Amino acid sequence: MRLKRGVLRRRGLVPMAHMIRLESVSEAGTGAMTMPQMNMVQAITDGLRHAMKRDERVVILGEDVGKVGGVFRVTQGLYEEFGDERVIDTPLSEGGIMGCAIGMALHGLVPIPEIQFADFIYPAYDQIVSELAKLRYRSGGEYSAKVVIRTPIGGGIRGGLYHSQSPESLFIHVAGLKVVCPSNPADAKGLLLAAIRDPDPVLFFEPKRIYRAARGEVPEGEITMELGKAAVAREGAHVTVIAWGAMLYEAFAAADEASKKGVECEVIDLRTLWPVDIDTIVASVKKTGRVVVVHEAPKTCGFGAELVALINEKAFLHLEAPPVRVTGFDSPFPYTLENDYLPLAHRILPAVLRTAQF
Amino acid sequence: MPQPTTPSHDSQSEAKPAAASPTPTPGTSTAPSQLGPETRPSGELDHLAFLYRQMLLIRRIEEECARAYAEGKIGGFLHLYIGQEAVGVGAVAALKPEDYVITTYRDHGIALAKGMPARAIMAELFGKATGCSKGLGGSMHMFDREHNMLGGYGIVGGHIPLAAGVAFASKYRGDGKVTLCFFGEGAVSIGGFHEGLSLAALWKLPIVFICENNEYSMGTPLSRSMSVEDVTTKALGYGIDRDRFFASDVLEVEQRIAEAVQRAREQSLPTLVEIRTYRFRGHSMSDPAKYRTQAELEEQKKKDPMHRARARLSAGGYAETRLKALEEDVETEVADAVKFANESPEPDASLLEETTYSGPFAY
Ligand SMILES: Cc1ncc(C[n+]2csc(CCOP(=O)(O)OP(=O)(O)O)c2C)c(N)n1
Repeated sequence: MRLKRGVLRRRGLVPMAHMIRLESVSEAGTGAMTMPQMNMVQAITDGLRHAMKRDERVVILGEDVGKVGGVFRVTQGLYEEFGDERVIDTPLSEGGIMGCAIGMALHGLVPIPEIQFADFIYPAYDQIVSELAKLRYRSGGEYSAKVVIRTPIGGGIRGGLYHSQSPESLFIHVAGLKVVCPSNPADAKGLLLAAIRDPDPVLFFEPKRIYRAARGEVPEGEITMELGKAAVAREGAHVTVIAWGAMLYEAFAAADEASKKGVECEVIDLRTLWPVDIDTIVASVKKTGRVVVVHEAPKTCGFGAELVALINEKAFLHLEAPPVRVTGFDSPFPYTLENDYLPLAHRILPAVLRTAQF
Repeated sequence: MPQPTTPSHDSQSEAKPAAASPTPTPGTSTAPSQLGPETRPSGELDHLAFLYRQMLLIRRIEEECARAYAEGKIGGFLHLYIGQEAVGVGAVAALKPEDYVITTYRDHGIALAKGMPARAIMAELFGKATGCSKGLGGSMHMFDREHNMLGGYGIVGGHIPLAAGVAFASKYRGDGKVTLCFFGEGAVSIGGFHEGLSLAALWKLPIVFICENNEYSMGTPLSRSMSVEDVTTKALGYGIDRDRFFASDVLEVEQRIAEAVQRAREQSLPTLVEIRTYRFRGHSMSDPAKYRTQAELEEQKKKDPMHRARARLSAGGYAETRLKALEEDVETEVADAVKFANESPEPDASLLEETTYSGPFAY
């Protein structure tokens, strides 16, 4: 994958949209001739449309997903194309949406519930943790509840405490769930289709900060990507930086600046958070001996903690410096101090340089 | 409805006011704090004028919010109360100052009605340290301990069981306070609503549940989200009292809510009230409201309860000069709030620690 981006943003001075011009060519993209340019939203819509055309069992349900086309317009046009039996507007009822989706899956449908913001998923958390994650196990492998839960995550739109959170580790922690977070349009479509093909339940987290800012070529029709494969998004010999979703671009920005100071970062885009591609991570850490993990969620018990533990288990003797986490703070997500809270390039860069010099 | 807009960082790029410049506190606002039944003006007209002033203040503050949002001074999501003022103002007028109010993210109006200074609200919206939550909360999360405004809540339905708990505590302590819990009709479909009502009914709690039915839950009309049209039928299953009416007249809102408040205060019984109303703006600032027609909106605007209140004052002999003076007074208060918000400093990141736990925690 190649990504071009603008200059490192000085703290909060340049609006996000100007900061990243993300033209990505992901692995998913290679091979096709001329491909349409899309942003993340369009790529996900395209993936949904393709899946619905291909497979009648696929249905979408959620608040305002139908007539309105979703609050972020991700399902726009699908209600008109596939009708109200397959693109279902629900009442405001996350527990109901999720429970129903699980039941549909038990009966052989492939539901794709949308939760408007990941912050609203908690009324459905019980259904996800207590029922969805355990169905395969408790039926001795007879049933798999194939549900793909789409929901936007992350900060960057000044949404404050209830519209900004990144709850990935709450789901990774639950055995039986898979967790995906793409960083560019082609991956978004490819991973969505992979999630829909996958027999297990998948949380598909969409980084809302780059919904429209990330643009790139997206192959038409089917894309065969696999879950569980990270991408080495930038090669470098000195420090491994692990990121995903919107923060990938911050990692790139920091890597550009570090490079000017002679420190070359190898940036890994995790893409699937669980099951994690530990082989790609270990291979990189063996090369660099230094690692910085970046995520928006708070530090304590964030996914970074698990990654660092795995690195310690599998590559301890290759480490030249203590692994470092650059993350959100252990506080609720603030309205005003967003650019302090988020692990933006201005916070990643010093961590990279310190790790390199350790 | 929340749709991402390009975040503007204008407010952040502005130079902070010099440290030496005096920072007025929200408490010095000229806003009359909420008046209780014992302290408010005696005559009917004077009382109506007071309610009209409250409604106008809310409307004008909301209009200034919309402007500040367009200028990028307010970010994220902004849900305006324009059109619904008579509900919050009328309902809160039925309370004593020490009673509790708890509401949704559409909270500026109810916070103002409960006596929260316009300055604290505006500063919070501008993300300033002088805001009610020190700029850490923003639009959807107003809070004012002094006025027993227990907050605006962004998770739909999440606050309804909380409200039951507040009422439980009042009953437990025998403090005679009543809790008003506001929510939209969208919340009626979520578990929190039913769990809150169920507990309040079972334990006979001194609470009034007020469903502000503005006909739309984001882009979904009530007819597409509920199997019945009358929200108060939900009260039947829990065996509690109910009431249902249009918020066309702020005095009627006050009087009907007063009945429910009295039931709560004197008999410790909950009531579910559905008040039909209408929001003149989209669900939030980023909602173009394409799901309804302009004609429908215009029709509703003709019935604007705020204008009705003014007309009634005029017809009742309340002098135009007094009305004008009152309106100018509101303008002054609004301008003062905006100025205060503009000039206030931004919070410091060190606040995050002290506002997350009561003691130090970071390591
Ligand atoms: C649990 C939860 N689900 C979804 C949302 C997103 N959301 C915010 S407001 C809203 C509509 C609520 O409508 P209603 O209750 O009628 O209140 P109104 O906005 O009309 O005042 C939705 C779906 C949310 N905030 N919380």
